[in-house]
Amino acid sequence: MAYLSIENFYKSFGKTEVLKGINLSMQKGEVVSIIGSSGSGKTTLLRCINFLETPDNGVMTLDGELLFNSNAEKKDGDMALRNKRLNFGLVFQSFNLFPQYNVFKNITLAPTLLLKDKIKAYKKQLQEEKLSRKEISSKIATFKEAEKKAIDKDAEELLEKIGLTEKRNSFPCELSGGQCQRVAIARALALKPKILCFDEPTSALDPELTGEVLKVIRALKDEDRTMIIVTHEMGFAKNVSDKIVFMADGVIEEEGAPKDVIENPKSEKLKTFLHGVTNKDGE
Amino acid sequence: MSFSYVTQSLLGGFAFTCLLFGLTLIMSIPLGLIISFCSMSKFKPLSFITKVFVWIIRGVPLMLQIFIVYFLPAKFWGELNRYYYFTYGIQFGHNGAGIGTFIAVVIAFVINYAAYFSEIFRGGIESISAGQYEAGKVLGMTKTQIFFKIVLLQVVKRILAPISNEVITLVKDTALSNTVGIIEIILQAQLFTEKAIWPLFYSGAFYLVFVGVLTLLFGYIEKKLSYFKA
Ligand SMILES: Nc1ncnc2c1ncn2[C@@H]1O[C@H](COP(=O)(O)OP(=O)(O)OP(=O)(O)O)[C@@H](O)[C@H]1O
Ligand SMILES: [Mg+2]
Repeated sequence: MAYLSIENFYKSFGKTEVLKGINLSMQKGEVVSIIGSSGSGKTTLLRCINFLETPDNGVMTLDGELLFNSNAEKKDGDMALRNKRLNFGLVFQSFNLFPQYNVFKNITLAPTLLLKDKIKAYKKQLQEEKLSRKEISSKIATFKEAEKKAIDKDAEELLEKIGLTEKRNSFPCELSGGQCQRVAIARALALKPKILCFDEPTSALDPELTGEVLKVIRALKDEDRTMIIVTHEMGFAKNVSDKIVFMADGVIEEEGAPKDVIENPKSEKLKTFLHGVTNKDGE
Repeated sequence: MSFSYVTQSLLGGFAFTCLLFGLTLIMSIPLGLIISFCSMSKFKPLSFITKVFVWIIRGVPLMLQIFIVYFLPAKFWGELNRYYYFTYGIQFGHNGAGIGTFIAVVIAFVINYAAYFSEIFRGGIESISAGQYEAGKVLGMTKTQIFFKIVLLQVVKRILAPISNEVITLVKDTALSNTVGIIEIILQAQLFTEKAIWPLFYSGAFYLVFVGVLTLLFGYIEKKLSYFKA
């Protein structure tokens, strides 16, 4: 059974049909790259997976858990939606770092906010155990302290992983695009998502900054992280992916092992697409 | 009519100016935020009504709004004036203005300024890119957390200049309260004009100092927020 499975995703915006029946599955630890020309629905698919859009039709399961079903009787509440989202991380093309926080705070903000929920749950649990008020507050203090330390330690490790330990106190406006994107990756990783998604992570970068971001993603692949990467970097996709998916006009036109897809394209659309990409590279 | 006597009288009037200024600011900012949320609401009838309301409030002179709030239930405010005058001796003006008058003026000011602020807030909030909200969402934050932890400070930074304009205008608009008999600083100075003109200039100095302090304050906040770009 697949780790992530998406069945029959449909999505329209008004009269524009963007996704027209997407079926996608992947195993744990796999990297799937999605390629395809502009407007083919790649971003929309990622947004549906991350619950930023709701598909009009479809079913999604992750690790045996039903995350989305368009035929479900009742819609998810805010809380349920939030928890489902946390299964995934998303790295945006335009980074979307929080400008008022330094690098470290950008990474630790979300885990710190989630800690509040955790503390609430823990408190409830302690209250049910009928402990005295004093005991509860001392236990909570210890718990909070330990969790905070863990968050900080995680952040330090992530900073090291993206090679920005010296920049921990810098603000996003003081960083290059490549550095911003590396921070965005660390920020997403801090919540320990089961699957990390990238939407053209290097498209907003100067060519000389692309490499440093790809290197980080490459390192994540070496840790066997499960990732979905929308990209126009053919060489990178071929090199890092276990599977490449080619989307055209809202459907998956072709998919397979990187070598097959890129070197032996079967469909006409993929041939045309690859031809266009290689021509551009040759300029 | 010594300098110190005039100073004292003007200070008395200035106290009302400051009181009206402070009360208006404290209440119109949260109210303005609420109005801005209403006008951005996805529930169309609510946003429509709110927009019409803002249009009316911004489209009609503040002086007229003060008159309407004051004269429409004039009897009620009058009763309030008399009650507080006879039981506590509180009086706000030479022609019977009292607590009731003052409350009416505050209401008119709060509504008027809330409408202006709401538009500034709306502009600021809508100028924050959808990406900031989405980044918050995919990081599992609640709507409230996204607003207070991510959006708010960026909005504050962006709207600081128009807000400071509005606040400085408010300082001077408080003078309109004398149209219904509140003896604020200008009316106080005007009471001296039969004997001398210089208290009018003097009253102007109060405004200049007040606005000067506000300008410094806003400059300070702007500098404090200059560490990031938004
Ligand atoms: N919120 C929206 N409202 C209306 N139309 C939308 C919306 N989002 C996307 N679309 C449309 O859906 C189509 C697919 O968009 P999408 O962003 O998924 O393509 P893409 O494959 O990511 O393209 P690109 O390579 O340019 O990023 C486009 O025609 C776009 O105009
Ligand atoms: Mg896209």
